[in-house]
Amino acid sequence: MQFIKPGININFIGKRNIAFVLSGLMILATIVLLLWRGGPNYGVDFSGGVLVQVKMAQKTSPAEIKKALRVVNLDDSIVQEFGEAGQFEYLIRIRKTEVELATIGERVEQSLKTAFGNSVEIRRVEMVGPKVGKDLRQKALFAIFYSILFIAIYISGRFELKWLMSIIMAICLAFVVYITSGFGVSVTWLIIIALIVTLTLCLFLNLKYALGAIIAIIHDVVITMGFFALTERELSLSIIAAFLTIVGYSLNDTIIVFDRIRENLRRFRRKPFEETMNQSINETLSRTILTSGTTLIVIIALFVLGGGVIHDFAFALLVGVIVGTYSSIFVASPILLIWEGRFGKKAQKKA
Amino acid sequence: MSKSLTWRSTIALLAILVAVVYLVPSITGEVPAWWSNILPKDKIRLGLDLQGGMHLVLEVQAAKAIENHLERVVDEMKGDLRKEKVRYVTLKRKGLDGITITLMRLKDETVFRDMVSAGYPDFNVESMPEQKGRPVFQLVLDPKAKIQIMKMAVEQALETIRNRIDQFGVSEPDIRPQEDNRLLIQLPGIKDSKRAIALIGKTALLEFKLVDEENSVQEALKGNLPPGDEILYQVSVDRETGHERKTPFLLKKRTALTGEYLTDARVQIDSRYNEPYVSISFDARGARLFEQVTGQNIKKRLAIVLDGKVNSAPVIQDKIAGGKAQITGRYTTDEARDLAIVLRAGALPAPVKIIEERTVGPSLGKDSIEKGFKSMLIGGIIVILFMAIYYGLSGFIADLALLLNILFIMAGLAFFSATLTLPGIAGIILTIGMSVDANVLIFERIREEVRLGKTPRTAIESGYAKALVTILDAQLTTLIVALVLFQFGTGPVRGFAVTLSIGIVASLFTAIFLTRIVFDYLYVKRNVKRLSI
Repeated sequence: MQFIKPGININFIGKRNIAFVLSGLMILATIVLLLWRGGPNYGVDFSGGVLVQVKMAQKTSPAEIKKALRVVNLDDSIVQEFGEAGQFEYLIRIRKTEVELATIGERVEQSLKTAFGNSVEIRRVEMVGPKVGKDLRQKALFAIFYSILFIAIYISGRFELKWLMSIIMAICLAFVVYITSGFGVSVTWLIIIALIVTLTLCLFLNLKYALGAIIAIIHDVVITMGFFALTERELSLSIIAAFLTIVGYSLNDTIIVFDRIRENLRRFRRKPFEETMNQSINETLSRTILTSGTTLIVIIALFVLGGGVIHDFAFALLVGVIVGTYSSIFVASPILLIWEGRFGKKAQKKA
Repeated sequence: MSKSLTWRSTIALLAILVAVVYLVPSITGEVPAWWSNILPKDKIRLGLDLQGGMHLVLEVQAAKAIENHLERVVDEMKGDLRKEKVRYVTLKRKGLDGITITLMRLKDETVFRDMVSAGYPDFNVESMPEQKGRPVFQLVLDPKAKIQIMKMAVEQALETIRNRIDQFGVSEPDIRPQEDNRLLIQLPGIKDSKRAIALIGKTALLEFKLVDEENSVQEALKGNLPPGDEILYQVSVDRETGHERKTPFLLKKRTALTGEYLTDARVQIDSRYNEPYVSISFDARGARLFEQVTGQNIKKRLAIVLDGKVNSAPVIQDKIAGGKAQITGRYTTDEARDLAIVLRAGALPAPVKIIEERTVGPSLGKDSIEKGFKSMLIGGIIVILFMAIYYGLSGFIADLALLLNILFIMAGLAFFSATLTLPGIAGIILTIGMSVDANVLIFERIREEVRLGKTPRTAIESGYAKALVTILDAQLTTLIVALVLFQFGTGPVRGFAVTLSIGIVASLFTAIFLTRIVFDYLYVKRNVKRLSI
């Protein structure tokens, strides 16, 4: 059985401008959305606060729950239905950070039991103090940062045999981060600065494969974040894990295409770069679609059947895998092409 | 060729056997004694999110420990000064830095300095400007000693809490120190989180203080607090309405006796009111002190203060010898039992604050496991069917690899006695999707080679060879991400990183090594002519 006929030749690279416009629009939309919302929607893991998951005996409206919480002055919390319908489960989010957080779970339980009887079941309580929230946020950002750094080093070293260059890049980057962190810059800005530095260094040190791969990764994570903001989902620790998995997945895809490009560049030295690239994408297309397909199957299974706690995690993976597959074809490779056109050997010959 | 095939098959079978052996304890639950003597008995542990339980991060208020230490030193020094006949005007703690002292006479300076360097090596004496001809000194606590005190406080808090939890009875608790004076506590399977928090978080500082009977509380409340006195409250909660009632007490600041002399605390039932109370016993020194205090203050009231709240203030009827006392209050049996535990385990050296709490009820954990496995089963079956339909016999071989992969991940979890969390299950599910990737890459290459007109045997050979580099590249980068996740992640995220990492390594083994054996057996040894791919 075959989905993709051998010898297929779709002109992916020729449609790169459409793809760029599409990607650009999505990224722009994400940025606008995030600015409009005043930053990402942090869950209790990062913002601090309390989250309580309760199971009621009968259908209850969020408004009724809020009313019951008024007794303990927690009626300004956010109450949402959660999980499958007919389970009567609700999430209560309390954003207060100035009060004693440790007893809130208890107070919620008590007030709900007085209002709805003893059948109320507290299924989960997550309390994160403001200081811990800040720590976790930093940890998560550093995790993203380090994974991108190590990946950049690995790709440049592995693909272009420029281990020395990639080590130089790592040292430069570590230096810049060290200096800027000395000025007390917030971690968010630190990451943005680090990313810009990484990209500039890739450009100047001629690490084109790393450049393509990293831009594709940023593209995927940003767009997934956009979908998160659009569907009003919260960022939590496990979502960060999902983002990093997307990073790994997107890279996996990109590397397989890049591997083919390098192989074909050696085989067909005389062919124009653009043609070789397009051929490589087409040759790996069957694999790309198949692997994305099987991965999507299991993620959809998780998304539909995995239950409320894992729902957002599966959603992140779902969006990420789709966007990651798209970006390895339409973003990572065309960036190689643009780089080759601007800075590559052919461009230099013309000059 | 066939010789190497035998070898490889042996390795593969051995690997599978080892994996099965590692999995047996997790599947059967209990292993016979002969098994645990020679074979692995570690089980896959379920994370708190799957089995239910409680995850707490406490912050030891280490500054308070320094404060306490300085207060103690002040008391000690007062005694020493009296002994040395050095008279002072003031002697008190100055923030967290040290102690200030104003001496009465200039000539006492050398005696004082000698006393400090001999008895208080942790302090540096600094002369301050004189006040009205009286010498003023500052005793600065050495920063190293400060760090030592904080470290000790954290260690002691950890030991005390471990003691309390052990006495409370939790199976496999995990208590460990973390940076920034924090303690991480994991209590699997705990049902009453409220009670656990009360038990762990209580400082349990027990003090006995005399009630000041000469002055009136009302006067003191208006702001005329007699020197050496303090106001503490008795808080009683009405069980029906939940209302708090606070009764003020005017107490002597000086502590007559503390809980550090306790040797035992037990729950007993009052036969008259059928209410539980806690009976405590002091050691010899404590008993002597108690006898002294009670003997000197007959018909006066002695307040029992727990963590700054007055528990009760009974009138001393007679001198109490033998070192026994009772703490009464309107306790439930559980409350009395927990109070006895915390008193037995001793007070925390400094108060602790709960800065993170995650509690998962047992029913939710069970739900999560069920749903996780259900999605794994259904997703897995679809992928398996799909591969078999798409690649024919080769698809079956890939499916075999996939199933063995799951076996190896599970065995790997048991081997590292790693913790399986909900995101961990997601990691396994993800590996199911991604582990076929290696085989897809190989099969697509083989198909390409076949199209070029190669025989099955050579097609397989070059297909594997060409795909190998790509597979390694792709899997290694994912492994990098997984390792970073492991390094920076906490709790469930770590569980995800663990399963992902094990999954990547296992899938390299199954997808490249194991499938190749089957292919070689079919198309080299049996010389099957038609390649089903």
